[in-house]
Amino acid sequence: MATDILHSQNLERAQDFLLKPAGIGAGELEQVMSRMLGHQVDYADLYFQYSRQESWSLEEGQVKSGSRHIEQGVGVRAIAGEKTGFAYSDEIIMPALLDAASAARAIARSGQDKTHALATHSGGSLALYEPCDPLSSLEDTAKVGLLERVEQEARRQDPRVKQVMASLGGSQETVLVMRSDGIMAADVRPLVRLNVSVIVEQDGRREHGSAGGGGRTDYGYFLTEERALSYAREAVRQALVNLEATPAPAGTMQVVLGPGWPGILLHEAIGHGLEGDFNRKGTSAFAGRLGERIAAEGCTVVDDGTLPGRRGSLNVDDEGTPTQNTVLIERGILKGYLQDRMNARLMGMAPTGNGRRESYAHLPMPRMTNTYMLAGSMPPEEIIGSVKKGLYAVNFGGGQVDITSGKFVFSASEAYLIENGRIGRPVRGATIIGSGPEVLTRVTMVGNDLALDSGVGTCGKDGQSVPVGVGQPTLRIDGMTVGGTEE
Amino acid sequence: MDAITAESKGTPSLQDLASQALDLAKRQGATAAEVNSGLGKGLSVTVRRGEVETVEHHRDKSLSVTVFFGDRSGSASTSDFRPEALSEAVRAACAIARHTALDPFNGLADPAHLARNIPDLDLYHPWALTVDGAIELARRCEDAAFAADRRIRNSEGATVTAHEGEDVYATSAGFMGTVRASHHGVSCAVLGEDDEGHMQRDYDYASVRDARDLPDVEVIGRLAAERAARRLGARQIKTCQVPVLYEAPVARSLLSHLVSAVSGPSLYRRSSFLIDSVDTELFPNMVHLYEEPHRKKGNGSAPFDGEGVETKYRDLVTEGVLRRYCLDSYSARKLKLVTTANAGGVHNLMIRPGADDLQGLLRQMGRGLFVTELIGFGINTVTGDYSRGAAGFWVEDGELAYPVEEITIASNLRDMYRGIVGIGNDVDMRHNICTGSLLIDRMTVAGS
Repeated sequence: MATDILHSQNLERAQDFLLKPAGIGAGELEQVMSRMLGHQVDYADLYFQYSRQESWSLEEGQVKSGSRHIEQGVGVRAIAGEKTGFAYSDEIIMPALLDAASAARAIARSGQDKTHALATHSGGSLALYEPCDPLSSLEDTAKVGLLERVEQEARRQDPRVKQVMASLGGSQETVLVMRSDGIMAADVRPLVRLNVSVIVEQDGRREHGSAGGGGRTDYGYFLTEERALSYAREAVRQALVNLEATPAPAGTMQVVLGPGWPGILLHEAIGHGLEGDFNRKGTSAFAGRLGERIAAEGCTVVDDGTLPGRRGSLNVDDEGTPTQNTVLIERGILKGYLQDRMNARLMGMAPTGNGRRESYAHLPMPRMTNTYMLAGSMPPEEIIGSVKKGLYAVNFGGGQVDITSGKFVFSASEAYLIENGRIGRPVRGATIIGSGPEVLTRVTMVGNDLALDSGVGTCGKDGQSVPVGVGQPTLRIDGMTVGGTEE
Repeated sequence: MDAITAESKGTPSLQDLASQALDLAKRQGATAAEVNSGLGKGLSVTVRRGEVETVEHHRDKSLSVTVFFGDRSGSASTSDFRPEALSEAVRAACAIARHTALDPFNGLADPAHLARNIPDLDLYHPWALTVDGAIELARRCEDAAFAADRRIRNSEGATVTAHEGEDVYATSAGFMGTVRASHHGVSCAVLGEDDEGHMQRDYDYASVRDARDLPDVEVIGRLAAERAARRLGARQIKTCQVPVLYEAPVARSLLSHLVSAVSGPSLYRRSSFLIDSVDTELFPNMVHLYEEPHRKKGNGSAPFDGEGVETKYRDLVTEGVLRRYCLDSYSARKLKLVTTANAGGVHNLMIRPGADDLQGLLRQMGRGLFVTELIGFGINTVTGDYSRGAAGFWVEDGELAYPVEEITIASNLRDMYRGIVGIGNDVDMRHNICTGSLLIDRMTVAGS
């Protein structure tokens, strides 16, 4: 099977790349594990990582700066009950590894070194993307040329375009996880991203617009279907809409959210609150509510790490668990949480492939992958047509949530008034606030136009950033608080 | 804990590494180069519900290099200090410089502005914190939170951290500056629960250069508990326009929006609502803002900025008038101005406090909204439009009446700056930007 071949290639490649140069083989790994697995340590893992990143940025018509970054290291974790000991080293060498192992296992005092025979075997893995190297997928001259074309395309759209900033970034990450249960898993993860942001100016008024995309592939992605150029056009379109925008209304009203990126609603309102750590600790507004209705009948929400090539997808998570499609809400009923291994074990549940970490220097936690709501049956025009007076929000900046109170916000960057079923004048960006456990109970229409975002999401939690995806169909929500300035 | 040294015997110092990288750049044909190298180590321990939750040992190092070939530049960084990795990083930076555009504004800082003497700002106080010592402090902190209020029934834990490090900045023009600094902290986040099962979370923390300056950990725990408990029973209010009082820790964000709007890149990109605003009255007369980079033990103190430029006391706003921008060398050259030693940001931006404490400001406001927490990113720096999620308290007759949540507050930053009618003397010194509570005359509160 193709999956198996690719997978074993990844594991072999990761071992050659991360371990061989340091002379680390099966015997050495066993020695490190043995140092940790005293009788009070339930679980331990080693996470080896090598990553190369680059970024190129253009402003004022020129690519003026670029940078490359190389990072490698190993994180060592020991878990005893609810206690975690963690240490890491940015040198992959045996003495550093043994030191880190001693520091990590100190969490369980009375344990003593005992020889631990590890029968290692490779875990399952998916093949959602090629283990390609984005950095070498295009000549540097061509990367610069691509950004210059993006700039020209943006300027060509409208004479009011005064500034264009564009950036191109790529990375390749090779990871290898070695667990105390003998599982060894590896992944080679490419990721690319292109972003365009423009400033338009008219009669002394200035506005901006931005667009972009990417995924787990190489730079060729931006050259096909004129993707890069379409981001430039989209950024200008948004900026010009905002130039015409008038103050947004303030207060509670009907809100129609467009498809795709507005799915950040689900990420903030639902996703974070369903992460296993918050629920194990009882700090989430969703804690203890499995099986309860938390959304309207038409709402089914999943977190799916298995979508080929998507920014939030992973062949295996950072604990070596293959990713999966996890149903969070099924027809309005809360069905599941997002789990890493530790929280799954402590809650007596199965891991869901959501154990993620920013790097070897960070501890894994339950994190989202691609979170979206399945399509319903309503044509989007009918949804808009059904609203007498409300807000139609199609693009958003960032969002945030207070897990404990359940209150979340997300800020519109492109929105319109709806009057008598018609899309009216554009209004300035406004923050929308709601309550996670309640908001989806107010969903009264679900569109048939499910779309995923273009590959721009980055989620932050406890200071750790990971790439994620979101998506949804057009939704009508009856009663959200819109934070404009017009009473 | 002994002083930071390179990890193993025979490993070169940060200064040596910087020199080596500069040499490599020169040999590759670079006409100029700059290097940042850093090394740090730390310990972070979290106790939750009385039990140890995590013990994390941190040890980080990095080196970044920017090379100039005439007017072209390229950068690279690595966490690997071995000679071959260093060479690879320098080569990568040089390779990039071959493809970047000619930019006459590129280059190192003007030698005339560089720091000549590097004052000791008393920033380096390694804390010989042991894992056991940290556990003990964290336990006492969290225990105090649980003991403070019976409604505190859950916790995200108390965390004690110690960190120390050394950073070197060096250039091919001969500048070599070293800063050793430490920072330590104690934080506690707890949850209150009311009889209906509704929960609220809040926290308190301390952040210092010297562990001897930490407050009693019990005080941090108690404050976290009081803050969480007083939020219980929060409700939405009706949409209205009222005065808004920002508590000091959240008022800081208003000044950080100012800094970002008057920073060089936002200005030359024309992506700021404060273009051409020097010498204009942005604030009422009573507002004075200044940078105090040489404050001893200051959280934002630095003897030189990210380009080696000498930092010194500098006014930003006096009598409500913006006196300058926040510039590094590159943006200064583009704007035909002179660097203000703000490469890497501001250093201890302070507000001159008013006479009133928080109670005084509440009385001055009379009726309105007291904001203690903000969420979301609804700030448009191009237009100044502002709309963020908020939580806090409804205020009647200068007293907290009841907790409020699920509301937004909106206005435009220009109007908000002009609308400051009170500055508290309750200055929050835990950050690089320090202000007291700020009272704004009128904002739109969106609720039910």
